[in-house]
Amino acid sequence: MMRIFLTISMLWLAMPAWAAGGDNEYIEQSGANVENLASLQRGAATFANYCNSCHSAQYMRYQRLAQDLELTEAQVEEFLIFGDRELTDYMKAAMPGESKDWFGVVPPDLTLTARSRGGDWIYSFLKSFYMTEEGWNNTVLENASMPHVLWELQGIQRPILETWTDDSGEEHTRIAQFELDQPGKLNAREYERTIRDLTAFMIYLAEPAVLKRESLGIWVILFLVVFTFLAYLLYKDYWQDVRK
Amino acid sequence: MAKPASSLSRSAGALGNWIDQRIPVSSFWKAHISEYYAPKNFNFFYFFGSLALLMLVNQIVTGIFLTMHYKPDAEMAFSSVEYIMRDVEWGWLIRYMHSTGASFFFVVVYLHMFRALMYGSYKSPRELVWILGVLIYLVLMAEAFMGYVLPWGQMSYWGAQVIISLFGAIPVVGDALVEWIRGDFFVSDATLNRFFALHVIALPLALLGLVVLHLAALHEVGSNNPDGIEVKKNKDAQGRPLDGIPFHPYYTVKDIFGVGVFLTLFAFVIFYAPEFGGLFLEPDNFNPADPLVTPEHIVPVWYFTPYYAILRAVPDKLAGVILMGLAIMVLFIVPWLDRSRVKSIRYKGWGSRILLAVFTVTFIRLGMLGMSEGTYIQTLESRFWTFAYFAFFILLPFITKYEKTRPEPERVTK
Repeated sequence: MMRIFLTISMLWLAMPAWAAGGDNEYIEQSGANVENLASLQRGAATFANYCNSCHSAQYMRYQRLAQDLELTEAQVEEFLIFGDRELTDYMKAAMPGESKDWFGVVPPDLTLTARSRGGDWIYSFLKSFYMTEEGWNNTVLENASMPHVLWELQGIQRPILETWTDDSGEEHTRIAQFELDQPGKLNAREYERTIRDLTAFMIYLAEPAVLKRESLGIWVILFLVVFTFLAYLLYKDYWQDVRK
Repeated sequence: MAKPASSLSRSAGALGNWIDQRIPVSSFWKAHISEYYAPKNFNFFYFFGSLALLMLVNQIVTGIFLTMHYKPDAEMAFSSVEYIMRDVEWGWLIRYMHSTGASFFFVVVYLHMFRALMYGSYKSPRELVWILGVLIYLVLMAEAFMGYVLPWGQMSYWGAQVIISLFGAIPVVGDALVEWIRGDFFVSDATLNRFFALHVIALPLALLGLVVLHLAALHEVGSNNPDGIEVKKNKDAQGRPLDGIPFHPYYTVKDIFGVGVFLTLFAFVIFYAPEFGGLFLEPDNFNPADPLVTPEHIVPVWYFTPYYAILRAVPDKLAGVILMGLAIMVLFIVPWLDRSRVKSIRYKGWGSRILLAVFTVTFIRLGMLGMSEGTYIQTLESRFWTFAYFAFFILLPFITKYEKTRPEPERVTK
């Protein structure tokens, strides 16, 4: 019985492994940690300064942000709210109309991007902008209409191409790596930390309950383990007179 | 210690009598709980009946709270779910209990069905227990499908689009039927609204009714057991089965222990993996439904994927739909396909054992293929396993009739 139980639980745990699986070779692990409050706060600042003017986070209230990220309302009003918004407002983009004129599309809402695309995708996307003669492009999302908003921080990358031959002998070119053409305000490590913080914030943004969920879960499970143990003792006690 | 009965307990007893003379509470309790004799040799696989009931209750209770905040409106459905996840007190927990509950319900039901196949619980005199069970399974699939449409994300929308369009393969009436189901020329607000009505009222009512009948049929004939022998054949002087024990307290305490183990796993998923790697909540369903953007891969939730693989394995749409329908309908006649003298796999021959093992692998593999992108190689493999799926039902009568079985014991073994 124990063996069957173990086999089933092993099968269960193995399930996500083949359900997930990235299809883009440029996706790398973000290392974002939503439990790091300072990282979330820095990420929130980056989001407010660089993303929120064009992209909305229409399901998120500033007030909730203040509570969860342990910021005072004054801090949120000073550093995160731009324009004539109230603390109780949703984080709507400051100028969605203009961005449609500039880029041809309304920039997508970012509240749930970390759930639909994943944190690693966001991190890799923000790391993979490069400059060509035609303008900005991105290896993670080819021909994205979004320019590299963080270029001042990262600098300007140029792609280094390599050729490779497939099984049928055909030659292809692909981007092997990037070379920093013009340095930004941050060095590579500082930039990675910035977008890692931003990723952590966006994971939180997609599911604010994540903070409570993970801290509460352990207590619920502990309770259930104790409950199950007592139930087991009760079961053994009652069943003493059966199976003789 | 004998105490004189207090006036309070005397009046409680009087009240009990008063009620019993008017509605059969205590005789019902005796017949179905405290003096319902169940075989004493139930093993691990016998936890899943009570766990299925637990999941049904979980879905109904969490569902009631979700309907208090959910809006069945194409414009508002998606954001009302986010509202539940963010602004409703404990809304996220209720929603995860419901979404994880749906998947756990199917895990439990599949193991429950597997148990029946293993120990021949569908064989005479339990054919109706099995048939009512298959009906429950059918209604549960409809219930789960419509529930998945409600969050109105991309997968909700396009999943509904694909599944409803299957009815379009039916000759002559197909197109009219599809329009009638959707209530519109495309999947729209009308579809969402009626699916909500069916999901929260019609199908749960049907489900509850069928569960009552399933249990009524079970209690009429008594439970099977891992040895597949009838415990009612050996009774003591009072007419109680020698190998039977009262359901309460023996199986109530045992099931409470099972519930504890199960809820621990359930809590682990709710709190630490509610999306379960995209299997329970698909990533694309966090994008609001958009009739103009077709997702690259439209994949149903995992519990439907074995049938989806069968559907995709067939090049012709109508034939695929027929085969998929057949794959489910064939379950109804299993009691008459198994022609073995014995019920349990313990006393059946190696043929039956291998057959069931291959069928189990087939079902799991089809489920995995149903989640895949459906490349050429995967389609070829799906055809192979589709063939294996039906081969199980075709071979069942022959193998069970002609294989050499071992003698069943007189009394249950441990």
